[in-house]
Amino acid sequence: MDPNPAANDFALSINNLRVTFATEEGLVVGVDDVSYQVRRGKTMAVVGESGSGKSVTAFSILRLIQKPGKIAGGEIIFYPASGAPINITALNEKDDLLYKLRGGYISMIFQEPMTALSPVHTVGNQICEAILLHEDVTNHEAERRAVEMLGKVGIPMPEQRLKQYPHEFSGGMRQRVVIAMALVCKPEILIADEPTTALDVTIQAQILELIKELQDDMGAAVIFITHDIGVVAQVADDVAVMYKGRVVEKGNVRQVLKDPLHPYTKGLLAAIPSQANKGRRLPTIDSVLGDLNIDTRLALSDLPNGRQVALTQEEISKLQITL
Amino acid sequence: MSDRKPLIEVKQLKKHFPIFSQGFVKRQIDTVKAVDDVSFDVMQGETLGIVGESGSGKTTCARTILRALQPTSGEVWFEANQGRINLATIHERELKPLRQEMQMIFQDPFSSLNPRMTVGDIVGEPLVIHKLAKGKELEDRVVEILEKVGMQSEHRMRYPHAFSGGQRQRIGIARALIMRPSLVVADEAVSALDVSVQAQVINLLEDLQDEFKLTYIFVAHDLSVVRHICDRVAVMYKGKIVEMEDTEALFENPKHPYTQMLLSAIPSPDPDIKMEPRRDLVESGWLPED
Repeated sequence: MDPNPAANDFALSINNLRVTFATEEGLVVGVDDVSYQVRRGKTMAVVGESGSGKSVTAFSILRLIQKPGKIAGGEIIFYPASGAPINITALNEKDDLLYKLRGGYISMIFQEPMTALSPVHTVGNQICEAILLHEDVTNHEAERRAVEMLGKVGIPMPEQRLKQYPHEFSGGMRQRVVIAMALVCKPEILIADEPTTALDVTIQAQILELIKELQDDMGAAVIFITHDIGVVAQVADDVAVMYKGRVVEKGNVRQVLKDPLHPYTKGLLAAIPSQANKGRRLPTIDSVLGDLNIDTRLALSDLPNGRQVALTQEEISKLQITL
Repeated sequence: MSDRKPLIEVKQLKKHFPIFSQGFVKRQIDTVKAVDDVSFDVMQGETLGIVGESGSGKTTCARTILRALQPTSGEVWFEANQGRINLATIHERELKPLRQEMQMIFQDPFSSLNPRMTVGDIVGEPLVIHKLAKGKELEDRVVEILEKVGMQSEHRMRYPHAFSGGQRQRIGIARALIMRPSLVVADEAVSALDVSVQAQVINLLEDLQDEFKLTYIFVAHDLSVVRHICDRVAVMYKGKIVEMEDTEALFENPKHPYTQMLLSAIPSPDPDIKMEPRRDLVESGWLPED
C-alpha cells in the first residue's frame, strides 16, 4: 500500500473470504472472494450500498455469522501486537480463544445504540461485564475502570451516570456508552459498523473526533463501515469499495476518492449532492454506468502505488491514473 | 422567485406540549415548547428546507402547518383553490376537503406502507377516502401516477415487501401526488436511502415539481441534500427559527452561531478538506442539549 515498509504492518488480513447463505431459493453468496488488509493503528473504511456485504464481512471477523449463513471459504488472520498470528476462520465455534477475541482483542461498535444496549441493566453493569469477562479483576476495580472510560468518552458525571439505564441517555450519549463498552478492554482492532448513521451531524462530528482520539491513544486499528463518503474522507487512511459482495476498488483515501478508477466508485461519488451539480439533475450510478455491465466477476488487479481495481486488463490499459 | 404569491403564510405559530406529573392526580408541571413563535412564508413553486437537529421541532413544525397537530396558537394562511384559509382555526369538517391539496411524504419507507394492502390499494386509497374516483377511473389514475414515479402498472398487484427501499419511497410519493396537491411536505423523505437511490428520488422529486407545479416543504437533517434542492432554508433550534435565508447565502455566509456550528460539522467528501467543527461555539453555550 505504501512504499514505506513499516506501513505494511498489518493487524488483520482477510484473504479470499466467501460467505454463503442457504435459503429456500438456493445459495446466496453474501461475500464473494473478498480480501483486504487493515494496517495497525490505521483506519480502513469499507464503503458500499446496503446489501453489498460490508457488514457480513465484518461479522465474519468476529465469527458472528449465524445459520443459515456460513463462512464457505477463505481465511481471516489476526496478527496480535505480541504473540503468534491467529487464524480466526479455523477456530472452533466454542474455542476459548474466540471468546477472548470477541470484545477483547477485537471489538465492535454497532449502528443502533438502543439495540446494542440491554434496557434492563444499568450502563455500569454492562461496561463492567465486558471487563470482568476478559480480565481477572475485582468488581471494584472494574467499576473504577468503567468510570474512567465513561469520562474518557466525554460523559459528564460518570459516577452518577454509571448507575443509570440506557433510556435515561440521549442518542449521542448512548452511542458514547457503546463506544466506552467497545474500548474498555483496549482492543487492538475496533470494528465500527455505521456508528454515526443514526446521529445528528454535530453529534457525529464529536463521535468521529472521539474515535480518532481514542485510536491515537491506544494505537488500535479501526475498520469503519459506512455509506457516507463524507465520513470516509474525514476518518479513513485506506478505502475498500464493495459492490454485490465483492471488492471492486481498493487504495488509500486520496486515491479512491480523488481519482476513482472503477465505474461503480465513480457513480457512487457522482451521486452525492454537491456544489458541482447544484441545480442540475444528480447523476445516479445507472446514469454514470450507462450500458456498462459491471456484474461480471473480476479479480482485483494490482496497479502502481498499491492500488487495486477489479477491471479487465484491456480496461486497465486505458486508465489514466493520476494518484 | 420573489414575484410569486405565497402559498403558505405562517404567523407566530406555536405548538406547546404539556408535561404532567406522575401519580394519581395528573397536574401539569411544565410545557415543552416544540414550536415557539415561528413565522415564515412559502412561495408558490418554491422548495423551502427546514433543517435542525433531532428535537429542534422541525417535524412538529411541518405537522402543525398541515394541521396533523392542533396548533397552540398562531395562524397558518393557506392559498387553497377556494380562497385563502386559516388552517390553524378552521373546523375539522371543513379541513377534510382541503387535505387533498396538501400531502405528506414520510421518512421510513418500511413503516409508512401497510404491509397487508397491495400497492394499487395504497396508492389509490386517498381517492377512495375522498370519494373522487372508483372502478376503472381509479385504476387508470393509479396506473398513471405509478408510471409517473417510475414504477410499472403491474406493480400495483404486489405488496410492499416485494419492493426495495427506493421503490417504496416512490410508492409513498405516488400516494401523495395522486391527489394533485399544491403543497407537499417531505419529512426526511430521502434520509433512509443509499446515495445512488437517494439521487434517483431527488431527481424524481424535482421532475415532479416542474410537472405538477408543486411547492415543497422539505424537512431534513442532511444539509448537502438540502443545499441541492432547496431555494430557501430555515434553521430551527429549540423550537425557534434562528436563521432563514436563500440557500446559497445561508451556506456561503451563515450569520447565526448555531447555523455556523451546524455547517462546520458536515464532513466534506474531499479528503483534502479537513472537518473543523466549531467547538468554540459549542463551548459558548450553543451546544444543543444532549
